[in-house]
Amino acid sequence: MKILVPVKRVVDYNVKVRVKSDGSGVDIANVKMSMNPFDEIAVEEAVRLKEAGVATEVVAVSCGVGACQETLRTAMAIGADRGILVETDADLQPLAVAKLLKALCDREQPQVVICGKQAIDDDANQTGQMLSALMGWPQATFASKVAVGDGKATVTREIDGGLETLEISLPAVVTTDLRLNEPRYATLPNIMKAKKKPLETVKPADLGVDVTPRLTTLKVVEPAKRSAGVMVADVAQLVEKLKNEAKVL
Amino acid sequence: MTILVIAEHDNASLKGATLNTVSAAAKLGGDVAVLVVGAGSGAAAEAAAKVAGVAKVLVADSAAFAEQQAENVAAQIVAVVQASGGAISHVLAAATTFGKNVLPRVAALLDVAQISEIVGIESPDTFVRPIYAGNALATVKSSDSVKVITVRTTAFEAAGEGGAAAVEQVAAVADLGLSKLVGRELTKSARPELGAAKIIVSGGRGMGSSENYHRVLEPLADKLGAAMGASRAAVDAGYVPNDYQVGQTGKIVAPQLYVAVGISGAIQHLAGMKDSKVIVAINKDPEAPIFQVADYGLVADLFEAVPQLTSAV
Repeated sequence: MKILVPVKRVVDYNVKVRVKSDGSGVDIANVKMSMNPFDEIAVEEAVRLKEAGVATEVVAVSCGVGACQETLRTAMAIGADRGILVETDADLQPLAVAKLLKALCDREQPQVVICGKQAIDDDANQTGQMLSALMGWPQATFASKVAVGDGKATVTREIDGGLETLEISLPAVVTTDLRLNEPRYATLPNIMKAKKKPLETVKPADLGVDVTPRLTTLKVVEPAKRSAGVMVADVAQLVEKLKNEAKVL
Repeated sequence: MTILVIAEHDNASLKGATLNTVSAAAKLGGDVAVLVVGAGSGAAAEAAAKVAGVAKVLVADSAAFAEQQAENVAAQIVAVVQASGGAISHVLAAATTFGKNVLPRVAALLDVAQISEIVGIESPDTFVRPIYAGNALATVKSSDSVKVITVRTTAFEAAGEGGAAAVEQVAAVADLGLSKLVGRELTKSARPELGAAKIIVSGGRGMGSSENYHRVLEPLADKLGAAMGASRAAVDAGYVPNDYQVGQTGKIVAPQLYVAVGISGAIQHLAGMKDSKVIVAINKDPEAPIFQVADYGLVADLFEAVPQLTSAV
């Protein structure tokens, strides 16, 4: 059984981004880039399924600029068997990525696609669901537990107010929530080994996909800053302020 | 122009998030129609008909919608949009786990973009949404014929009562049979829901243990009638389940009063609560970043300060 894992190259989660002064976007020149943390969890889950003998091959896919190769190498250092880069300098939005992934699913015929639930740059939370719709497959989003069996998967999902467990037929799309697993650190020998794993590069046109953006960003601004308030000396003063000044008690 | 709002409901009642979504829909101009996709959902549909500003309620009722899985619900929404012959210009749902699960599917099937978690409406095709965990706000314009949008509920007031909309049945689509519910474990609590609470008492890693979290914070939450939340650090440490989590990767909240106890204030937590009206922080570390966003900060040992606060309010 083959598992496909899409991985996105994003600004590292430790970097606090700055909005450009001309309002055209955020400044990502010279900042550290990493694999989207939710995608790391997806790669880890796929590799664990392979280690458990459920999956036979894990294919990592990244869509974007040439430097996404690094992200694919990271995925292969965690344990993915090979990588596919869909290379383009275009501004890729979730619908376009879902279409690129659909083309690759048609070609690769995976039984499970495991995606991160959202990327920490655009915070869209769409690609997995869109891919699932385009394929006509079932989906199990925000997964905190995944068990893959014969022709079906049982997935526990994090929903508002608790947990929900679904049984879905395969092929299917699963998207990861934070608590699904803790991704391993790639060891040096595995990083070296990853450099020798096959990495194929294709273009959106090769896949017959139009990636023209549907949304135009008109401007990007910093949110209004919350001004720091006052420090209170003790609980009595706090209660007095909440009652008489803020009037919330 | 018709704005279609997807009702969030449990068949018996309408969830509060739907009311905020109706308010956002009303700002677009045009008729607001609410679509209730469920099984035996008459009571939820009646509740929707009474919401102020709703012109029409559409009900798609079928056993296939009993558990509201994304595949069937999305197919139903697409069928309603297509049957409108272009009259439906926008499809809106709350950016809850339900809305986030279903709406991207709808957008892909309609071959349009989805606009996630909008916090502002500039015009019928231009919206404001947070990116990078709320560290930036992007204004985006859609060129699609149908705008599919999820709404951050804290950014829009809840619509009131006073409507008297007609309720109309629509044909239900066939069951796709792709997914089956095995079970649900919902946290049972007499407290208000995190997303709808006026006051939230939230604990972080400073609580030290699950036992301390409950022993110290519950009496305060009880006295204030508050919902209880937690930082990701407290969830990761196993003090409370994940559905308590407030932050970029948990729930986005904006109560009247947010009391952060033993929470340092990591960016990802601030992203989830910085729109609260009044923020109180109690932490023993005077350098904790939470104090930079707090209206009232108290540097103190929480194990002394919280019980004092509980008896003083």
